[in-house]
Amino acid sequence: MTTADPAYAAIRRAADLRRELSSSFRDEAVRSIYAEASRIAARAVRTEGGRRLDFDQRIDRLVTSPVFGLPIMAALLAVVFWLTIAGANVPSAMLADLLFWVGDRGADLFTAVGLPWWVTGFVWQGVYRGLAWVVSVMLPPMAIFFPLFTILEDLGYLPRVAFNLDFLFRRAGAHGKQALTMAMGFGCNAAGVIATRVIDSPRERLIAILTNNFVPCNGRFPTLIMLATIFVGASFPAAFASVAAAGAVVAIVGVGVVFTLAVSWALSRSVLRGEASAFTLELPPYRRPGILRILYTSLIDRTLFVLWRACLTAAPAGAVIWVLGNISFGGSTLDRQVAGFLDPFGRALGLDGVILLAYIIAIPANEIVVPTMLMVYMGTGQMTDVAGFDELRRVLVDEHGWTLLTAVNLMLFSLLHNPCATTILTIYKETMSARWAAFGALMPLGIAVAVTFAVATLWPF
Amino acid sequence: MTTHACDTCAVHAELERMGVTLDRFDRVVALAGNPNTGKSTLFNALTGLRQHTGNWPGKTVTRAEGGFEFAKVRYKLVDLPGTYSLLSASTDEEVARDFLLFGGPDATIVVTDATALERNLNLVLQVLEITDRVVVAVNLMDEARRKGIEVDLRSLARDLGVPAVGIVARTGEGLHALLDAVDGVASGRIPTRPLRVEGTPDFRRAVQDLVPLIEQAAPGVPNARWLAIRLLDGDAQVEEALVSGRLAEVVAAQQRSAARFSRKIALEGAQ
Repeated sequence: MTTADPAYAAIRRAADLRRELSSSFRDEAVRSIYAEASRIAARAVRTEGGRRLDFDQRIDRLVTSPVFGLPIMAALLAVVFWLTIAGANVPSAMLADLLFWVGDRGADLFTAVGLPWWVTGFVWQGVYRGLAWVVSVMLPPMAIFFPLFTILEDLGYLPRVAFNLDFLFRRAGAHGKQALTMAMGFGCNAAGVIATRVIDSPRERLIAILTNNFVPCNGRFPTLIMLATIFVGASFPAAFASVAAAGAVVAIVGVGVVFTLAVSWALSRSVLRGEASAFTLELPPYRRPGILRILYTSLIDRTLFVLWRACLTAAPAGAVIWVLGNISFGGSTLDRQVAGFLDPFGRALGLDGVILLAYIIAIPANEIVVPTMLMVYMGTGQMTDVAGFDELRRVLVDEHGWTLLTAVNLMLFSLLHNPCATTILTIYKETMSARWAAFGALMPLGIAVAVTFAVATLWPF
Repeated sequence: MTTHACDTCAVHAELERMGVTLDRFDRVVALAGNPNTGKSTLFNALTGLRQHTGNWPGKTVTRAEGGFEFAKVRYKLVDLPGTYSLLSASTDEEVARDFLLFGGPDATIVVTDATALERNLNLVLQVLEITDRVVVAVNLMDEARRKGIEVDLRSLARDLGVPAVGIVARTGEGLHALLDAVDGVASGRIPTRPLRVEGTPDFRRAVQDLVPLIEQAAPGVPNARWLAIRLLDGDAQVEEALVSGRLAEVVAAQQRSAARFSRKIALEGAQ
């Protein structure tokens, strides 16, 4: 091609000139376009009665202000958690009472009919108990948390969140819209990973996919809320307990956001090197949330959907635990042996063997970590009901030697460890790469192990 | 390619490569604009039922094109994806940018929202960097009036250096004036001198340094300045277009097209 030589000359010269220009020339070019647009608009557009700000703009001034934006965001999140924690406690206990009562009657019925003990045990103490736990621990918080979150979403608040966080993500070399996919991750990390399709640059999209796991999904929220309630909340006077617990959950979410940014930063300076790309974010007008739509989206689409998925994984997990708990081998049951084997490693992380075993069994779905843990702790042979958080605290602290360190590290581990199987599969489908899926699973796990180990080691000081 | 009485067919090879068929059309007009500015409403108002939709070749972005006739000239209207800018590398922006750059439309209508003109002007300024045959359609004039917003179209046209026409796509208000401006810009009856944003002195010097080299590589390109900016940004696609000679081909095709069309008008007296 005859044009090739001058073309290469132009490209080479451009590369030289680029090095001479200041590193921020891209931003400057964008800024000069914006300045010009603003100048032309100021000359051509006249608004009656001067520059009267409408109601939307006044709100936006406040919620996206550099000073108040982030604190308002944290406060809103805290209120949502507080309402969830304060509101879910009593219904959770009632639901647990009811479901375990049903379980006992079912087991009685099976025994009365004359079915062998292992059928009764497998069905009612294994499969059914797993389900009952998941429903009673998860349903009330979700039925409160999701409608509240959907109200914020419906109001049009989420794009403002992205706006507030944009500068942080840009500094981390990631895309500002990652704030949105991160917010989706609070609902479900798999959904958050799919939501990264709004990010056009493949590099920034991959960063958003790999770090989505660092915000706790609703499967992990019950764990966090429970731990915050029985360990953090309980060390405060009753009047402040739920406020303190909500504060602890906000703090752990904050830790998650810090890790999201730190890992994004590290990735965009190592394996996914590059600059943050520019984008325009339209802040839609605020809307009055539609009550029916909120109830439908949050209860049918989200709560029931998530609960159903949790049940599907909890039933087999309950069965596995029951089987492990009832097969004896060399004098003790199989689950005790596995937990015993994992125990030294668990202790090094400030946890214990049972917790690690629960995490391994709960890989299909994080929702069932706590139920699994409790079932192993209490032994499936005995029909102990744990109704309410006070009872739970008694069991964990008095009988199994939990400390504040255990609770803190369990919260950290729950926040940082590998995503559930569904999310890993989603990462694989979205990236079409087994390597990125493996990285997406092992990188957070490595971080979780490192962080909990560090905390456990430094705790005595 | 069909060979019936169509003078411009031969020169629109590049357009056909982008999936635009040109038989029975004299001119190609691109429709650009931010999302939610009433771009599709305008498209429907202009083309009515004479439209069909498909995908951009090799892309998952949907494309709508349609036809209309104005002052005895047959137009093909290509609806570009709604974008906020032509800077970053989203598929939508890439499609819109490639069409303006390689499709060489005879005119480009940039639809803007009168109630949010400042935000919309960012895209207008970027389009003006690529092509000088632009008409700015200021849509939603009725809504602006209701909100007490007054848009001085003459000031806008003077600043931008291209015609600016106020319209209400929903009711059809101002469409005749818009098409008259499109006709004027496409035929050269209305001369344009698009505003080009200069940037910082260092940046301007770097651009001026590159422009002659680009004009040497692709003689006659109308947007050497914009290409220089893209090269400075390290835009791999623009580099490729320059090296492969695709840009030079497009320019040559457009020059032939313009010549043929003016001859056709002279012969048939279409205007």
